[in-house]
Amino acid sequence: MERQVRYQRESEPGWTRTIVARPGCERLMSCVQCGTCSGTCPLSLYMDFTPRRIIALVREGFRRDVLSSQTIWLCASCYACAAHCPQDIHITDVMFTLKREAIHQRLFPTRFPIPVLAQEFYRMVRRRGRISEFWVVLRLVLRTNPSALFSMARAGVTLMRRGRLSIGRKRVRNIDELHRALSGSREVM
Amino acid sequence: MASQSRPQPPLGYLYFPGCSLKGTGVAYDESLVTLFGLLGLPLEELPDWNCCGATSYMAIGEETAFVLAARNLAIAQRLGALELVAPCSACYLVLRKTVDYSYRYPEVRRQIEEAMARAGLPFPNAVRVRHPLEVLFNDVGEARIAATVKRRWSGGRVACYYGCQAVRPYAEVDDTYGPTRMDELLAAAGIPTIDYPVKTQCCGGSLTGTIATVGKELNCILLKEAERKGAEAIVTICPLCQFNLDVHQAEIRDRTGATFDMPILLLPQILGWVLGGERRALGLHRAISGRRLLAQWLGAPAERDAYA
Amino acid sequence: MPEEESGPRIGVYVCHCGSRIAGTLDVQAVAANAARLPHVVVARDHAHICSDRAIRLLRRDIDERGLDHVVVASCSPLLREHPFRPLLDGRTAGPVTLHVVNLRDHDPSRHDGPAAATTRAEALVGAAVRRALGEMPGRARGPIHPGVLVVGAGIAGIEAALTLADSGQHVYLVERLPTIGGHMAAFEKIFPALDCAACILTPKMAAARAHPNITLWTCSDVTTVDREDGAYRVQVTRRPRYVNEERCTGCLECVEACVYADARFPDKFTLGLGMRKPVYMPFPDAVPNVAVIDRETCIAFAPGGCERPCVAACGERGAVDLAQGEEVVTIRVGAVVLATGFRPFDVSRTPFYGYGMYPNVYTSLEVEHMLNGSGPTGGAIGLRDGHAPRSIAIVHCVGSRDITTNRWCSRVCCMSSLKLAHLLRARTGAEIFNFYIDMRTPGPAFEEFYQALLKEGVHFIRGRVAEVTDWALDPSEEGRLVIRVEDTLLATVRRVPVDMVVLSVGLEPTAEADELARLFGIGRSPDGFFLEPHPKLVGKPGGTDGIFVAGCCEGPKDLNDSIAQAGAAAADALAFVEGAGDPPLSAAGKILRGPRDDRA
Repeated sequence: MERQVRYQRESEPGWTRTIVARPGCERLMSCVQCGTCSGTCPLSLYMDFTPRRIIALVREGFRRDVLSSQTIWLCASCYACAAHCPQDIHITDVMFTLKREAIHQRLFPTRFPIPVLAQEFYRMVRRRGRISEFWVVLRLVLRTNPSALFSMARAGVTLMRRGRLSIGRKRVRNIDELHRALSGSREVM
Repeated sequence: MASQSRPQPPLGYLYFPGCSLKGTGVAYDESLVTLFGLLGLPLEELPDWNCCGATSYMAIGEETAFVLAARNLAIAQRLGALELVAPCSACYLVLRKTVDYSYRYPEVRRQIEEAMARAGLPFPNAVRVRHPLEVLFNDVGEARIAATVKRRWSGGRVACYYGCQAVRPYAEVDDTYGPTRMDELLAAAGIPTIDYPVKTQCCGGSLTGTIATVGKELNCILLKEAERKGAEAIVTICPLCQFNLDVHQAEIRDRTGATFDMPILLLPQILGWVLGGERRALGLHRAISGRRLLAQWLGAPAERDAYA
Repeated sequence: MPEEESGPRIGVYVCHCGSRIAGTLDVQAVAANAARLPHVVVARDHAHICSDRAIRLLRRDIDERGLDHVVVASCSPLLREHPFRPLLDGRTAGPVTLHVVNLRDHDPSRHDGPAAATTRAEALVGAAVRRALGEMPGRARGPIHPGVLVVGAGIAGIEAALTLADSGQHVYLVERLPTIGGHMAAFEKIFPALDCAACILTPKMAAARAHPNITLWTCSDVTTVDREDGAYRVQVTRRPRYVNEERCTGCLECVEACVYADARFPDKFTLGLGMRKPVYMPFPDAVPNVAVIDRETCIAFAPGGCERPCVAACGERGAVDLAQGEEVVTIRVGAVVLATGFRPFDVSRTPFYGYGMYPNVYTSLEVEHMLNGSGPTGGAIGLRDGHAPRSIAIVHCVGSRDITTNRWCSRVCCMSSLKLAHLLRARTGAEIFNFYIDMRTPGPAFEEFYQALLKEGVHFIRGRVAEVTDWALDPSEEGRLVIRVEDTLLATVRRVPVDMVVLSVGLEPTAEADELARLFGIGRSPDGFFLEPHPKLVGKPGGTDGIFVAGCCEGPKDLNDSIAQAGAAAADALAFVEGAGDPPLSAAGKILRGPRDDRA
């Protein structure tokens, strides 16, 4: 039988402080654990940890649990939680922050489509300044579930017939200007 | 950065299309331009705009997400524009949030200031971000819409679906919990709408493409409730909501296995139609679901073949 | 400072206040500086100026040095009034004025370092000395006018009025509505003992009406307030009820006879649940038991006119008086007790709970009216279509503990939600779900009450309800209202289908609070309730002599606390008017005079 207990040494209060310091996360400590966020979230039905539990885990510094959860990736950023929260906590911003942490600490499942989509999207924007939906989705499918290509082909053809699928690669003309603007960060591509 | 001559501010509305309006959401681009034309409002596209980042970029780019959006605001400011209209709800929110957070958080402000300086762009502190729904409601108004109607709506009742990011967390486009502006504009145009309590419930956004089962369940609720309350079509203001409800509709089954075949229209499409716009100019030929109904409502018998 | 032969003689005392003042500025320097000022004959610093020893020292100085004015630089006199009172009680050699400078709270430059703080403290004390020079010592406070005005006749106002009247003071009890009794009149039973509310309230209402020392004015508002020496001159506007109070016997024949055969106007008293005619009795036990005619709905006031069968039915008594006009009365009182109660939270501000959208969503106050045996449904609980509910959700914290509506906890709603849970279950046999964030049951026998509910099998789900919806995710939810919530204790999202939803609304300041605060010069807390000078010194609003508050207008509280506070306010008002004690100290910096002439 394995112990289910949590030892205090697993808690990382320093990490909690870095999260609370990010823009939008400052009211995290005011959470009274009422559960309104989970109640109003349209995706909470599917989550391993509800949004409320994520906030509680962040507050207590259990970093690994939080960053390896599916919750943060299932968040659709619909802001229902943030709009409803009686303590005015910008929960959506907390979720964005946690997504970024998970990517940077390489704590996400590598074939889970949502972070992969985010990565492909990010890279294309960094390089070209615009995205082409076709190419982003193609790269996503190839990385996560290549066999889905066949079933998606039909939808692709329908879209193409209606003129809604552009294959051309788009790019910002003054791309140097954009690259100069984006150059100041140490973000990992 | 000095320029030789003072820039002339754009005469009409400066608008930010975003990646979706040039791709799967091209009908939104077409219909918006057509609708504004019918109302006599010039609409100019922001030159050399870049992707706003939406939710995907924001999920990765800690330091650069706001910078990315800010470049668009800076270009608008450099043109002398005081406003930028963003039809896509995600683009609207990212741009709006960038303006807000550049005031509230010194860290974000500093990132944007430094980045704009590197790029030779002004710090965007004077551009107000708007949405077409609010522009139509506040600047045009119901009376003018009613006075410009050319066609009687012969279609069914519609459900006005506002989605999430246009009304949350900022309630400037419409009220967060009980938005009604779309309903009121359509009522002024003679289009009957229904009571639709799930009108601000999320469609799942990009989840429909990544975790299809979840996305489909969310969209099923929206379609089912529209039907249950007596609507035959849904009108939306977000290209991603339109995509999810329209493109994936054929794959959605409710609990009893029933399917849907409901037209999913964009606000400028349906408004543009009753104000006399032409079918192709409004991108109405690009619909995927509900084509049979659309043919009945919009097409003369001769045109019905075009929808087959 | 050389002593002067003539002119006022001032003593200055600078308190260390432990380290609170002494730790941030140089108290000895402040005292030494004061000693150099004109007319200051003694200047000392002292570790604790409020202590017995220090007061004796002050008294000795007053006697031996013949001081006319005493300047004390210390903390806020709001907290420390009692130690200084003996200086004003005539036990000293001659009349003296006392001036308190609040160094502890009023010296903002404490934050700039001791040098700046000291300079500023010296300036504050110097200003106090100069102000004292402008005052004449020994001018007595005049007597306070007898009589007390009590504004608001809910349980707190009634209680205060009765206490004051029993002690011999004359009380003007002014009430905005046509009847007294306030919110308590709606209740059937009260927590925690589930005793009968009317059995407690009705005798008090009757006593208030009958008491020889109470002048009861209903349908009345306070319209102006002026201060005179020792009195408040208050103008009360008595709005017409179109029925003569002296002549009406409450027989209700006018109501019977009304041209409207059916009651068809939503009755405001029962929150629209019941109907009334244009002429009506607010509720059977209304006090005064006098009918009232609503000008808005009575067609006698409309262009077409009316035959006025009500007048005929009243016959020789001639109580119905459609020509009754507004009456403005001016009264003089020595003290005022504000007991204007609360307003329930407006649930249209939380549209996601579906009130008004779905017919079977009610507020807790509506349910109180429905449970009341003399109420609009005669005690029957039913859905809008008349069927009995088989499951009921009670939602706690609607409009409370929420930055987006009201930040504060409304204190009574957990207990009242538990009460409703018990009564609804007893009345309907339905399955009851209480959705709460925290269970707040702090009073006498309250925890026992909660335990009793737990044993009854009421479901307690710890989670703030996110939404009340009507769309079904599961066949069992079809046609019902679904509560979307996270059960935080089970750590799972739940969907609970019910027939009826009860929203436990929070308590807010009344709509009239702004106007009353302006009229009487009362401060407000950030939450909008009437502000007392210190949370522990309840009953005495900041800075206003002779005005006291009681009940929910000061903050949400239950009946126990409202009644207790009403008694305290009455006692304070009595002490003020009868002046048995020393004049109360008001906000820091004022000069107070003593002793009174008649005891010199």
